[in-house]
Amino acid sequence: MTVGIVSYGGYVPRYRITPEVIGAVWGNDGAAMGKGLNIRAKSVPGPDEDVITMSVEAARAAMARVPWVSPKDVGAIYVGSESHPYAVKPSATIVAEAIESSPVMTAADYEFACKAGTAAMQTCMGLTLSNMYKFGMAIGSDTSQGAPGDALEYSASAGAAAFLIGTERPMATINHTVSYTTDTPDFWRREGQRYPSHGGRFTGEPAYFKHVLACAELLSKKAGIKPADYDYAVFHQPNGKFPLRVGKQLGFTDKQIDTGLLVREIGNTYSGAIMVGLCAIFDIAKPGDRIFAVGYGSGAGSDAFDLTVTDEIKNLKKGPRSMDSMVKDGVPLDYATYAKYRGKIVMRGA
Amino acid sequence: MAIPRFWREIPSRYNLYGSKCGHCGTLDFPPRTVCPECGRRSVGKMERVKLGGKGTVVSYSVIHDAPAQYEMMKPYVLAIIEMAEGCRLTSQVIDVDPAAVKIGMPVEAAFRKLGSEGEAGVIHYGYKFRPAG
Ligand SMILES: [Zn+2]
Repeated sequence: MTVGIVSYGGYVPRYRITPEVIGAVWGNDGAAMGKGLNIRAKSVPGPDEDVITMSVEAARAAMARVPWVSPKDVGAIYVGSESHPYAVKPSATIVAEAIESSPVMTAADYEFACKAGTAAMQTCMGLTLSNMYKFGMAIGSDTSQGAPGDALEYSASAGAAAFLIGTERPMATINHTVSYTTDTPDFWRREGQRYPSHGGRFTGEPAYFKHVLACAELLSKKAGIKPADYDYAVFHQPNGKFPLRVGKQLGFTDKQIDTGLLVREIGNTYSGAIMVGLCAIFDIAKPGDRIFAVGYGSGAGSDAFDLTVTDEIKNLKKGPRSMDSMVKDGVPLDYATYAKYRGKIVMRGA
Repeated sequence: MAIPRFWREIPSRYNLYGSKCGHCGTLDFPPRTVCPECGRRSVGKMERVKLGGKGTVVSYSVIHDAPAQYEMMKPYVLAIIEMAEGCRLTSQVIDVDPAAVKIGMPVEAAFRKLGSEGEAGVIHYGYKFRPAG
């Protein structure tokens, strides 16, 4: 039996801020910062948006593409995020209610830095392959924050993607998946802390590159096909430089990576990152296309997937907005408005 | 808003469930338990109807003097929206420049935060509307 992605939905909030605007506030050369990160702008959620609202938007888009799927057959919903609005009270139950899958189903929130969404995908693969549930919904969604002035402020953005996973009529089969996990303290946020901390340069080689490379090599060995045989590749994208560098080391071309590299226009969507990249690929993919995807989450670990797009992609119902249209439909903000929207201004009585 | 009241309203707040009178066919949003036209004749005949989420702006105003909960969003647009099914509701229109809102503008339902009971309280979610693409 094969399992795969039955439908997908992505969401990017409408507001943007550029590295130039952020740099100007902190006395840094924002343009150089943006160039160094290969990020032209990052998405900013509206004042009434959070991980839950973005997850619902993505989940509804996924359901809208497959009207033949009853929401009551979505037996499991997992929301992966490092910025759940509640410390205690699941995001997933609200998503379940909003797509009308509740009450006879299971739901939970996941957290694993930037790879909680792909961890949810693997859980849903197991649950549907074992016939426990007909479909599972795996969501990666984040409204991440960098401390004001910190390097992360130039990249930490917002976005979400939802994948409906199952064995019935997948539009992309998941041929192989493999993970690589170690205890690596490259990035963290303690309970009650508003902003995350990171290990500076320690986040590169021993963290991102080590895990992504090891996991990608394990996947290549399992799949047994060469990088050149893939149509698309997507790697976790904390910035626009790392995925291109890791891709090159593995033998992928910039062209294969281009479609899924949304970080350049919207920043690092954390748990959403490779999933929104995959959404952008699915928007234009054709039956038979092969996709190589490797996520990364600090702390640390990688999940890798080898996918083949099927004929079912042609049967998806038109309607939900494409990633490209959402990425391009940006409204630039000044720093003051951005700070207000992100709750960086302390109000009276707060 | 009190938690029990909001919790009871989740089906209409999240998924736009209204009611239809089985006697005269009148559609109401938010849903009613008795039809105001038919009174007793509608008892036991009220059906639950899910609105499709598409509508048009029939009237609107730009709010500059906002209640505390909406302080961060002002100026914002509050509109009366006629749903494709015929009933009307009042909602905020988001993701739009207030100057660009027009009567007759097509809108679609979105899922947003409606407010919260302070920093530590429960967060309320539900529909708002955005320009339809
Ligand atoms: Zn009536």
